[in-house]
Amino acid sequence: MSGTTLTLGKALNEGLRKALENDPKVLIMGEDVGRLGGVFRVTDGLQKDFGEDRVIDTPLAESGIVGTAVGLSIRGFRPVCEIQFDGFVFPAFDQIVSQVAKMHYRSAGNVKMPITIRIPFGGGIGAVEHHSESPESYFCHTPGLKVVACSNPVDAYWMIQQAIESDDPIVFFEPKRRYWDKAEVDPSAGAPRSLWNAEVVRPGSEVTLLTYGPSVKTCLEAAAAAETEGRDIEVVDLRSLSPIDWETVIASVRKTQHAIVVSEAPVYASLAAEVAARVSEKCFYELESPVLRVCGFSTPYPTSRIEEDYLPDLDRILDAVDRSLAF
Amino acid sequence: MAVQSVQPSEGPELVQLLTPEGERVEHPDYSIELTEDEYRGLYRDLVLVRRIDTEATALQRQGELGLWASLLGQEAAQVGAGRALVDRDFAFPTYREHGVAYCKGVDPVTLLGLFRGVNQGGWNPHDKGFQLYTIVIGSQTLHATGYAMGLQRDGADGAVMAFFGDGASSQGDVNEAFVWSSVFQAPVVFFCQNNQWAISEPLERQSRIPLYERAKGFGFPGVRVDGNDVLAVLAVSRAALERAREGSGPTLIEAYTYRMGPHTTSDDPTRYRLAAELETWKLKDPIERMKAYLSRTGMADHDFFDAVDTAADELAAHIRAGCLALDDPQPLTLFDNVYAGGSSLLDEEREQLAAYLGSFEGAH
Repeated sequence: MSGTTLTLGKALNEGLRKALENDPKVLIMGEDVGRLGGVFRVTDGLQKDFGEDRVIDTPLAESGIVGTAVGLSIRGFRPVCEIQFDGFVFPAFDQIVSQVAKMHYRSAGNVKMPITIRIPFGGGIGAVEHHSESPESYFCHTPGLKVVACSNPVDAYWMIQQAIESDDPIVFFEPKRRYWDKAEVDPSAGAPRSLWNAEVVRPGSEVTLLTYGPSVKTCLEAAAAAETEGRDIEVVDLRSLSPIDWETVIASVRKTQHAIVVSEAPVYASLAAEVAARVSEKCFYELESPVLRVCGFSTPYPTSRIEEDYLPDLDRILDAVDRSLAF
Repeated sequence: MAVQSVQPSEGPELVQLLTPEGERVEHPDYSIELTEDEYRGLYRDLVLVRRIDTEATALQRQGELGLWASLLGQEAAQVGAGRALVDRDFAFPTYREHGVAYCKGVDPVTLLGLFRGVNQGGWNPHDKGFQLYTIVIGSQTLHATGYAMGLQRDGADGAVMAFFGDGASSQGDVNEAFVWSSVFQAPVVFFCQNNQWAISEPLERQSRIPLYERAKGFGFPGVRVDGNDVLAVLAVSRAALERAREGSGPTLIEAYTYRMGPHTTSDDPTRYRLAAELETWKLKDPIERMKAYLSRTGMADHDFFDAVDTAADELAAHIRAGCLALDDPQPLTLFDNVYAGGSSLLDEEREQLAAYLGSFEGAH
């Protein structure tokens, strides 16, 4: 059976539809997810087909979305919460880190929290403040949560289904500026890999770019540009941010002996810092240069007219590649 | 600013069926008819619940518990609410609902693990319909609302009771739970024990109006009940739960009571409230009024009261022995149950700690 060309947003929509079809306990809840189909249309048409009891337009209260999802989980449901934008997750932060993340632990495994919290994240869409943030490090820092980020339509389709099937709570980051990227998705093919595996999305020999989410495409473009100058860059899509598939990461860095972490999130005390520390520890003897980070600066997300100066782009990535190789 | 002495309101809005002197009175909206066995049973519950509390406080003073949150004075509120719940109902407690736990059939010994530091909740919430204690103030009201929405989706014939206090009424989560339960008509009863004090802060710091009146603004009924009158609390709670079960949505119950002890064993109430206030409330003691009622009506005699005291002693001995038998967990169990599906990161860290601990074996 052949595939269909889907945008990343539509691939998520199809994945959510599959999840709703496969398990009557799956619920979708969030602001504007029903009648409107979500501000990015990721849940388009689902309320019409699955009803208001399963695709729930909620009051405008993020703590309420996650807090009631906790209660629904205790009752045996499998809620998929949509947080409309990255910068709106913080009203729910307490419920996520204090309740969702800890319930299985403190109940000695008696209470499961199979909650998926979908968050469109990252910048580059010319938005007003609170609509372009990358808060993943907070959640990676929280034991009890698992954190993943998709970067392309094929992963979006499979990863959302795998996340919903997981008995652990998962914060699911969606690269909002890649919602309209297209690729061929074949639902009959079966999931190409585990949710927890990183993927070498471009093999190379000279330097490894470790990245995720919206930056994967940026890194692939940088690698393609560098190829014209004779550089051979490997790109690893982490996919799972907590836990990280260190085996794939370390194998790549041991091969290339140069590593650069690329992420939109503010660099200080970030997930990129953890990756750099871990790679430095595990690949100390193989590394030919310090692990570098090309990330967002340690500022609030800037106004949209200068966001291109904040976001890692081809030039900043290739500048880091040059510094790494020249070390 | 002087700390004001909070006077119990006994105006017409306060539902009361048993006066502090132990006189049965009638209320136009709420009535209760119980058998003599049931009246005696409620008294027994009150005494046993107080004994759970005093024994746990003693265990804390003797160093066997790190902390205890006393319910002293709130026995009637908790027994009245707890006995209104039936098996299929689910309760979402704070960290002070030892009386509700008792009514739900949770062994008091299992409540102690959290306070002894050997676990973070020693019971399975699904066994008795009693969720783990929640320490972050007010979070559980949203959990209760979500569970109630689950009951709706399952078409199940049950209801949910969310417990919280006067301090929690200021929390965003509690107000969100009011909104959600109202718009979805969720079968949940919000049971607020207004014990007048949120650690050192008096009710006046939380609200300019009586707490039960807040419900009106959210679109559901609120009622204030004498929280030291087990009969009134039982009647009001039963009515609210029935209303929830029949699909009429939430109710806010404000059980007007008093925290006779400290906030927890770490607290010193003499720093913020007057002893005279406690003396006032001692005259409204929930157990004394029930005892007076049973004696006056001849429903109970000395033999009965002695038998209850003996049962309380036996329960205390069970709690003490059970507490002392709660052993410390093994170090490597700190990695257990972080995830349902495991984690490669934790597998690695567990191995590291095991190797580190193992390096001391045989060393002196």
